[in-house]
Amino acid sequence: MNEEFERAKKVIGGAKQFIHGDTAVSYGALLAGCRFFGGYPITPASEIAEQMSRLLPRVGGTYIQMEDELASIAAVIGSSWTGAKAMTATSGPGFSLMQENLGFAAMSETPLVLVNVQRSGPSTGQPTLGAQGDMMQARYGSHGDYHPIVLSPNTIQETLEMTIRSFNLAEEYRCPVFLMICADLGHMREMVEIPQQVDLFQRKKPKVPRDEYIPFGEGTYGKKKVPEMAIFGTGYHTYVTGLTHDEHGFPATDDQEDHDRLIRRQIEKITDDREALTDIERRNLDDADVAIVSYGIASRSALEAMRKAREQGKKVGYFRLKTIWPFPSHAIEKLSGKVNKIVVAEMNLGQMYHKVNEYACCEVSLASKIGGEIHTPNEILAEV
Amino acid sequence: MEQGSVDVIDGKKIQEKYLREEMMPTIFCDGCGIGNVLDYTLWALEREGIDMDNTVFLSGIGCSSRLPGYVDVDALHTTHGRALAFATGVKLTNPELHVVVFTGDGDGIGIGGNHFIHACRRNLDVTVVCVNNFIYGMTGGQVAPTTPETKKATTAPYGNIEPPFDMSKMAIASGASYVARWPVNRPSMPINSIREGLRNRGFSFIEMLSPCPTAYGRRNKFRQIDQMWEWYAEHTMLIEDYEMIQRYGSEEEKAGLQDMITMGVLHREEKPSLSERIRRLTAEVMEK
Repeated sequence: MNEEFERAKKVIGGAKQFIHGDTAVSYGALLAGCRFFGGYPITPASEIAEQMSRLLPRVGGTYIQMEDELASIAAVIGSSWTGAKAMTATSGPGFSLMQENLGFAAMSETPLVLVNVQRSGPSTGQPTLGAQGDMMQARYGSHGDYHPIVLSPNTIQETLEMTIRSFNLAEEYRCPVFLMICADLGHMREMVEIPQQVDLFQRKKPKVPRDEYIPFGEGTYGKKKVPEMAIFGTGYHTYVTGLTHDEHGFPATDDQEDHDRLIRRQIEKITDDREALTDIERRNLDDADVAIVSYGIASRSALEAMRKAREQGKKVGYFRLKTIWPFPSHAIEKLSGKVNKIVVAEMNLGQMYHKVNEYACCEVSLASKIGGEIHTPNEILAEV
Repeated sequence: MEQGSVDVIDGKKIQEKYLREEMMPTIFCDGCGIGNVLDYTLWALEREGIDMDNTVFLSGIGCSSRLPGYVDVDALHTTHGRALAFATGVKLTNPELHVVVFTGDGDGIGIGGNHFIHACRRNLDVTVVCVNNFIYGMTGGQVAPTTPETKKATTAPYGNIEPPFDMSKMAIASGASYVARWPVNRPSMPINSIREGLRNRGFSFIEMLSPCPTAYGRRNKFRQIDQMWEWYAEHTMLIEDYEMIQRYGSEEEKAGLQDMITMGVLHREEKPSLSERIRRLTAEVMEK
């Protein structure tokens, strides 16, 4: 394990590098132990695939460019069940194509990481320009009830670190984890320090003999709602299906209770830990009358807007979501009890705004920006 | 025991060894050929002495894709048409595993066509056993990309007006290194072909012409299974005979080749599999 990490560090090279977000993702993935990448070219995420095609063979991993995005995410799921930490990277159009198999990943409780370098949509939209238009698709994009974990960084350093966190969470909760960046973060360069050591979560595998192993029941030595995962080829003979299944993994397609039990457990394994998964950056909120809620690249303008407001003597605070889903409803509730107004700044026509509005007991307004440009601080300030 | 001979007592032992008792009975209709295809696959695995702890079965969606659920093995029952893409991730992550993919005509070359041609092109080291019943069976008998012209389906009530796909030809043209096709009523040849497929280090495609009395037969006068056997007898020809007629046959004989489905080992080629290519690259790059 350690040897593998040291090799990854060596392949990455310099401990301090001036790199863009897409490269930071690939470095983070390598350090997290990712050894399989299945992808398909798409602007502005292609550089992640390019980096992985260069890096992975040097650490004994596998890069493959699949025939389309449907196949990319399918290969990632197959790889994960065969024991690798596996990932893909894409942008809006590819993310749309992956939704069917992401539902399969949720249903089969497959750990995987997907990085979405968002661009303006719908459809082909503005391929080279950033956006935050896929936040609801990340939560609800596939059919049926399920719950992924979704993170959103706002610097290149954080992009690297959150990629590592994404792998840890995927392994810990056995679910798809989406890291949502955008063309701006993907292509922007900043100085980054390569972590010299990291804590990695090791996938919980069954310790019991085969006839006692229950692949889709309760976890026996980790989290109760996260069953241990037997890797293909280790003698457990696990049947994995996208059909509603009983705790042994076998189809149970016409029983209401089986479906209810399975789906509720799969969702509750995430939502039960809502507070633990919540990750918020707070600034100047103690005396604030107004809070700007933002995430991703838009939060950098939000921070500047807050500073300007303070200069003007306005009591404005800054509240940044680093974990998007599960939504930190409790934290928004609490915040809205302390301020008179919340301004949600995001690069879409209102997505997380609706979620904030659902839990806030104060006035909530939206500072939206679309068209591939980041808000200017003044545009956010105008809503404050 | 001789290759290809069938022993009833051993057959029962094979079922006990490989099948999941708790999943019986199967969902398959009377007269369906999928059970035969599974049987042939198990015989082939047994004869090859394949370790089932080191084997993964994959499938997509459709009747044939329910097969892995009946076998005591690691299995991934995936989404419609995508089994080969999932299999790519499995095989490349652990090249030591034997990977067997069950698919059908709709799953394999309809919705899964793109994955199919690219898995062939890469010579992905998997054994694909395809149940071609000329119809979408599980959804109730809709026309498939393999339905012969003029045959009826629920969505082709006046008869199919489109030309059908030849999956095996498609596999050969796309780069598969082993391709065989047999009707399901000739037990020993498919077993031998699946065995050869398992041994082949590359993409092996075994197409099984298989009856679906429920969804295909009843609309096309093949409701009785022997009617389907008759059709196979009239419309299939060993590849060796086919090629002989092509070369030396009379004009009349050549005219009879039209709409004839070839059977036998249609293609065999030695070439590196995708896993081998990746292993070479990794060895080369890691040394640097």
